[in-house]
Amino acid sequence: MSSLLYDDRFLSDVLKSVKVIAMVGASAKWNRPSNFAMKYLQGKGYRVIPVNPGLAGGEILGETVYENLASIPFGYQMVDIFRNSTAAGEISDEAIALKDEKKIEVVWMQLGVQHNEAAQRAEEAGLKVVMDRCPKIEYGRLFGELSWAGINSGIITSKRLKR
Amino acid sequence: MSTGPKEYGIETRAIHAGARPDSETGARNTPIYQTTSYVFDDVDHAADLFNLQTFGFIYSRLTNPTVAVLEERIANLEGGRAGVCCASGHSAQFLAFFSIMEPGDRFLASRNLYGGSITQFGSSFKRLGWHVDFVDATDLEAVKAAIRPEHKALFIEPLANPGGVVLDTQRLADIAHENNMPLIVDNTLATPILFRPFEHGADIITHSTTKFLGGHGTSMGGAIVESGKFDWAKAGKYPTLTDPDPAYHGLSFFETFGDFGFSMKTRCVGLRDFGPAMSPTNAFNTITGMETLHIRMERHVENALKVATYLENHPAVAWVSYAGLKSSPYYDLAQKYLPRGAGSVFTFGVKGGYEAGVKVVESVNLISHLANIGDTRSLIIHPASTTHRQLNEDQQIAAGAGPDVLRLSIGLETADDIIRDLDEAFLFT
Repeated sequence: MSSLLYDDRFLSDVLKSVKVIAMVGASAKWNRPSNFAMKYLQGKGYRVIPVNPGLAGGEILGETVYENLASIPFGYQMVDIFRNSTAAGEISDEAIALKDEKKIEVVWMQLGVQHNEAAQRAEEAGLKVVMDRCPKIEYGRLFGELSWAGINSGIITSKRLKR
Repeated sequence: MSTGPKEYGIETRAIHAGARPDSETGARNTPIYQTTSYVFDDVDHAADLFNLQTFGFIYSRLTNPTVAVLEERIANLEGGRAGVCCASGHSAQFLAFFSIMEPGDRFLASRNLYGGSITQFGSSFKRLGWHVDFVDATDLEAVKAAIRPEHKALFIEPLANPGGVVLDTQRLADIAHENNMPLIVDNTLATPILFRPFEHGADIITHSTTKFLGGHGTSMGGAIVESGKFDWAKAGKYPTLTDPDPAYHGLSFFETFGDFGFSMKTRCVGLRDFGPAMSPTNAFNTITGMETLHIRMERHVENALKVATYLENHPAVAWVSYAGLKSSPYYDLAQKYLPRGAGSVFTFGVKGGYEAGVKVVESVNLISHLANIGDTRSLIIHPASTTHRQLNEDQQIAAGAGPDVLRLSIGLETADDIIRDLDEAFLFT
């Protein structure tokens, strides 16, 4: 498990507030983790916009693929980075530069991806940052579905689940 | 950076973990979902479930909402990332090894194990091409000397059945990790109330939930828990977890599911293809049992220490092997690893050897003569003629189950009644 700790309410608020997610490094291959995450998030009502320069102009799961964050012609609230930690720094800085134009609120780096300096810059620019987590897994954990597979959600409550 | 999740005590978690009120009905206790299968929303939803692209229920051989509560509760109490429940402790061991072993592979195991495990590893696993090397795990140098680069795991019972042996789990975990393999620990006898192996370096935990977790001798079950901390890719010798899996269209479990990839593999391949699923009713019984686990374990060890102390001072008794006694060579290790008590399963020998032992087993009135442990009732057995019968005499002695050995599992009756029952049985020896 990651050494980074995030409050459940913080993650839950992030996942409840965003509607459109730009997924950098989305793969067209159905059995890749990014494709899994994109399809799952679509199923939960998010619009996920794939960003992948190698596949720009093509389509993944019904959505047009864009070359980079700047070329997406509409707003999105979250940037989900499916790239390695080094690349994550540059992408996070792009998100900072575009935050007002695209209405970006959150930079989310995937499981295994962490860039502390970039995260600090993003937080200073007023963005919320999550690192070394998968939004699919966190969605599943916080909204009960991960527990269906025996995964320890860490949640203790006497309140009924409300999605 | 925000703070981490709220930490509740183990007693609170024994009652609440995994079980929030039912989202549809508000039912406070966990319902028994006595169903084999679950309807799909549409064909696409079904395909996503079969491809593991979404979480949900297909068929109770794989997942069941009642069983899932138990899985999460055990994983939570152990401080693990994920749990998988199955039909018995033996199937838990089978599934754990199936997730990492291929034909021709080897693993190393402590020789101080439940007799059935020695037979499972030594005889039946061999027919699958999985080879075990047994070692005296109380001797750390012997363990280091026995390790071969091709070993895929080190397996131990840190509090061993039946003999009151306590192992140095942290040191054994270090040795396993230095050799790029996980430490697999069966925690059945201690339960997470007395011992949490993940806090001492273990990577995988197995349980027979039939024993103390269920606690009432009603329901068979097993569990496998992973810590989520072992890096299967870095170790470089676990292709079953890191390579594309032909049984799932080339999906790599470790890459896709990360720190719960081992559990997903165990469930989605092992449980799926071999089928030893836990029944929802057994899961319910075990969940109910676990809600009093912390109270029961306290009384189990309190009674066990009283009975062991009585036996040690009885003239008819030749020896007692209970790690909670100062006379035990494992007393110091028990103080370090099991400060809340050294369990309630232990062995003793009566003067007069085999014949006298058989007499005691046959003469008790309150204590039940049967092949189980971890019941509310006190239990007794003569391992050499029962649980460890498949072993030869050398193996029996090595496993702490020689011809004169009697095993007790001390229950929750009035301690003086258990003692009086033994006292009266000794009159016949």
